[in-house]
Amino acid sequence: MSDIATLQNQILTAIDAADTPDALEAVRIDALGKQGSVSALLKSLGQMSPEERQQQGPVINGLREAVTNGIAAKKAALENAILNQRLATERLDMTLPAPDGPRGTVHPVSQVMDELAEIFADMGFAVAEGPEIEDDWHNFSALNIPETHPARAMHDTFYFPDQMAQDGKKMLLRTHTSPVQIRTMTSQEPPIRIIAPGRVYRSDSDATHTPMFHQIEGLVIDKGIHLGHLKWTLETFLKAFFERDDVVLRLRPSYFPFTEPSVEVDVGYSVVKGKRVIGGSEGWMEVLGSGMVHRKVIEACGLDPDIWQGFAFGTGVDRLAMLKYGMDDLRAFFDGDNRWLQHYGFNALDVPTLSGGVGA
Amino acid sequence: MKFSLSWLKYYLETDATIEQVADCLNRIGLEVEGIENPADKLAGFRVAKVLTAAPHPQADKLQVLTVDSGDGNPLQVVCGAPNARAGLVGVFGVEGATVPANGMVLKKTAIRGVESNGMMCSVAELELGDDHDGIIELPADAPVGMAFAEYADANDPVIDVAITPNRQDCMGVMGIARDLAAAGLGTFKPVEVPTIEGSNPCPTEIRTDDPEGCPAFYGRVIRGVKNGPSPDWMQARLKAAGQRSISALVDCTNYLMLACGRPAHAYDLAQLNGAVVARRAKDGEMVTALNGKEYPLTSEMTVIADESGVHDIAGIMGGEHSGCSDDTTDVLLEIAYFTPERIARTGQALSLTSDARSRFERGVDPAFLDDGLALLTDLIVQTCGGEPSEVIRAGHPPLLGFEVAADWTVTVPTWRRDVDGWADLVEEVVRIVGLDNVVSTPLPRADGVAKPTATPQQSLERKVRRAAAARGLNEAINWSFLPQKEADAFGGGIWSLDNPISEDMKVMRPSLLPGLLSAAQRNMDRGASSVRLFEIGRRYLADSERLTCGIVLAGEKAPRSWAMGKAAKFDAYDAKAEVLALLAAAGVATDGLMVMGEAGDHYHPGQSATLRMGPKNILAAFGTLHPATAKAFDLDGTIIAAEIFLDAIPAKKGAGFMRPAFTPPALQAVTRDFAFLVPDTLAAGDLVRAIRGCDKDNIVAVRLFDRFAGQGVPEGQVSLAIEVALQPSDKSYTDEELKAISDRVVTTASKQGATLRG
Repeated sequence: MSDIATLQNQILTAIDAADTPDALEAVRIDALGKQGSVSALLKSLGQMSPEERQQQGPVINGLREAVTNGIAAKKAALENAILNQRLATERLDMTLPAPDGPRGTVHPVSQVMDELAEIFADMGFAVAEGPEIEDDWHNFSALNIPETHPARAMHDTFYFPDQMAQDGKKMLLRTHTSPVQIRTMTSQEPPIRIIAPGRVYRSDSDATHTPMFHQIEGLVIDKGIHLGHLKWTLETFLKAFFERDDVVLRLRPSYFPFTEPSVEVDVGYSVVKGKRVIGGSEGWMEVLGSGMVHRKVIEACGLDPDIWQGFAFGTGVDRLAMLKYGMDDLRAFFDGDNRWLQHYGFNALDVPTLSGGVGA
Repeated sequence: MKFSLSWLKYYLETDATIEQVADCLNRIGLEVEGIENPADKLAGFRVAKVLTAAPHPQADKLQVLTVDSGDGNPLQVVCGAPNARAGLVGVFGVEGATVPANGMVLKKTAIRGVESNGMMCSVAELELGDDHDGIIELPADAPVGMAFAEYADANDPVIDVAITPNRQDCMGVMGIARDLAAAGLGTFKPVEVPTIEGSNPCPTEIRTDDPEGCPAFYGRVIRGVKNGPSPDWMQARLKAAGQRSISALVDCTNYLMLACGRPAHAYDLAQLNGAVVARRAKDGEMVTALNGKEYPLTSEMTVIADESGVHDIAGIMGGEHSGCSDDTTDVLLEIAYFTPERIARTGQALSLTSDARSRFERGVDPAFLDDGLALLTDLIVQTCGGEPSEVIRAGHPPLLGFEVAADWTVTVPTWRRDVDGWADLVEEVVRIVGLDNVVSTPLPRADGVAKPTATPQQSLERKVRRAAAARGLNEAINWSFLPQKEADAFGGGIWSLDNPISEDMKVMRPSLLPGLLSAAQRNMDRGASSVRLFEIGRRYLADSERLTCGIVLAGEKAPRSWAMGKAAKFDAYDAKAEVLALLAAAGVATDGLMVMGEAGDHYHPGQSATLRMGPKNILAAFGTLHPATAKAFDLDGTIIAAEIFLDAIPAKKGAGFMRPAFTPPALQAVTRDFAFLVPDTLAAGDLVRAIRGCDKDNIVAVRLFDRFAGQGVPEGQVSLAIEVALQPSDKSYTDEELKAISDRVVTTASKQGATLRG
């Protein structure tokens, strides 16, 4: 074995034996430092004759490369061992609880209103709004409910004192969203397709009635609109809302002063695990009031009822929410109970869309 | 309106079942609200005979009976009724039957040590009457073992229908039968009206001095009647209709009203004095009505009066003084036509409802005065005897009936207030032909994909709502009305209800906070540790209703934890963070907003602020709630609140969808830190704003990252550390340039009263 081969063996053995970075560095200095054995050999190349250098050069350079590689490999191995050792001391108990962010919710009434806006947008209905503090002309008279009409007694109306009257009209809290019909017809040219959701008020309070609740009104005014259009619109809307094709409607003649003929709409339900589920016809629940807009109402809004006809419908938003999502106490809607909101409320990202489905 | 099936069938010949009747009623717009069969309550009760009766060994007042209920297997029953005896035939409730009066389910039991199987029942226990004195005694030949419901003919369902205001014709059972017959359910059998000639002239003068309120007043006297209980068949029909039996005379008038929709009144003639007149009341006149209450009258109301005073609030309720009693022997009958508007106004003014009012204000059939009087007279003579006088007819009822001309022009009678035009005729046809036969027709659809419909305000509301929910807030919906005290504490409410449902729901809210605070308090009372509520709704000001977002944070911001230690509390900066985030969601450039004071008296004066776009337009108020306000809502600890006035956010100008081009700077920004000593009264925001404005070409961001007071900082001062980001444009800054910018920053700061820390 040549001297160089012996030296290489010695150095590689020393590298192998080095068990700390410092020891390894000492080996490196011994071999590759200024005074190192390999460095000395490299320097000796300068004094050699060209023939010698040609023979010894590759051998010495091979030695340097082997040593360099050996040190680098050992260094990586040592560093890796040290890292592993450190990581072993940095263990976290990953079963410990992570910080908890609060979960926010959207109220079911808001969610259902968004769902309705989405469905009716597809049918070409815009969303209209009106004041909740109304005058008795918009709430009653223009809707063909004169002062002495018994229907005024059916609406348990909240009134403001006489001195709050505006333009000689008594002020009240709207008992339904129907005044928005009047406001729309008097402010915009037909054809009209709107829905009008919002708060309404009646002086009534028990398990199924609260003095404030939410309604949504629909109005179509156009030429040649008839009862068949009304029926289709309600069927289409309810099927889309409940996302069921087996929604069955039952129309019953009824009476509202502002529509003629007037129709009450029941929707069929079936009983699943003791709860009423919309669809089928095991039983019937009243969900909507509707009818063809009364000639007198169209006239009161300054339109010619011989040219313009239409239909209107109204329903309770809270009630629709209850039927779809299964709440059974209306009063809880207005209690702000955190537990109820967490249970029945909706995720912020449950935005109703036609492509994703309006229900959540 | 309630009526029994047997009563309906008195006027309607039909084989229809109760279900078919109900379906047909619903179909023609007479909504069935309920069906109840009294026989259902009597299931498990049978006719039974007491075989033996012996004293109870342990109790003086009890007897031990053996009872044969028809199955040939006599049972031992302990009974406390004094009239229980061997041989008595009565009504026996078997094991498992439910006692109607108290809902108790009968079961085998031991009474004072003696076994008892079932119960012999009293009238009261079966809800057949008020008699508590002993058990029912049936005739001795009553068939033992027969179901009592069958024996008592109780299998007669009662139907409850809702009558809409336009259907005055269906305010009586006969009218409902007529409508069902028209819909094809059977044959209408109208009641036969007897002809009653009076035997002598009516002794009392009758007239109407108020033809506007009472166009017609018919009447007659019947002498020699004997009042007492009305016959069983009449009592049964009235009871099914929910009308308590009072006396034969009163029951007869009620029967006419419920059968024919025709209210009438019977006066005790002995209590009347002189002519009986329909007239306007005098202002201040009083009358005590049959309900025992005294009502003040006005000249807007029609009354029936004699020379002594008012006896009847016309068409609404009779007077106590002249009502019939057991001693009544002579009666004056009144059948009048009252103008619906007058009845409605009088009823509204007195807040008095009655069965008569609900019929008169819908409008009764004016053609039915003579017939109604004849039917009533007949009923009274049949049940109470007596001798009727001739009829006096004062005034004339309004014109009757439709008139159809040869060209099909129809003249509508004035009293048919529900008929306004051809649409009514169509309605009648649709009703009878059936809505089921109307064919669904799609609304014409606009070409292409549906257009967006939300207004800018609606889009803004939706964004704020979902941003708030995404930030961990829960949306509540609170009442729009508040107690006066709460409204006053939040700026005062203009809109105060005249007839609130309670004093707690009186004033339309001027702020969303009271409702949220009450909700927070309820949650805290239920043991919630953390409350994050928001509401989007209107606040009601004098001139308009304004869209607002309210926020309340209470309790723990984060619970105690292994990592953070003690629970974290909310502070005023949490309110600021929510407000800024939601304003940003609403599209407001929040960098340019001014933080100013005057958040309102309900906030902590030192921990609240307003955010304004320009000095006047307040977009939001927020901060720590004033401790006194929190206390008024029974809330402990620090309460954080905010209101965002969504109506104050200016509408965005439509700029299309195109965004400005993306031009990242070529060179990296550099940052420089500055520490200043400032008086602790200086608003840090003012300092930051001044620095940001001092070199707009170079300074792109200024951020305060440390605030310190205490050791090393003189009393009354604080140290503020600020990071300034500088953006070079085409070449890197030289040292001179950087120094010049730094000098500008320091000079600007010093104008605010800040000195650079050495």
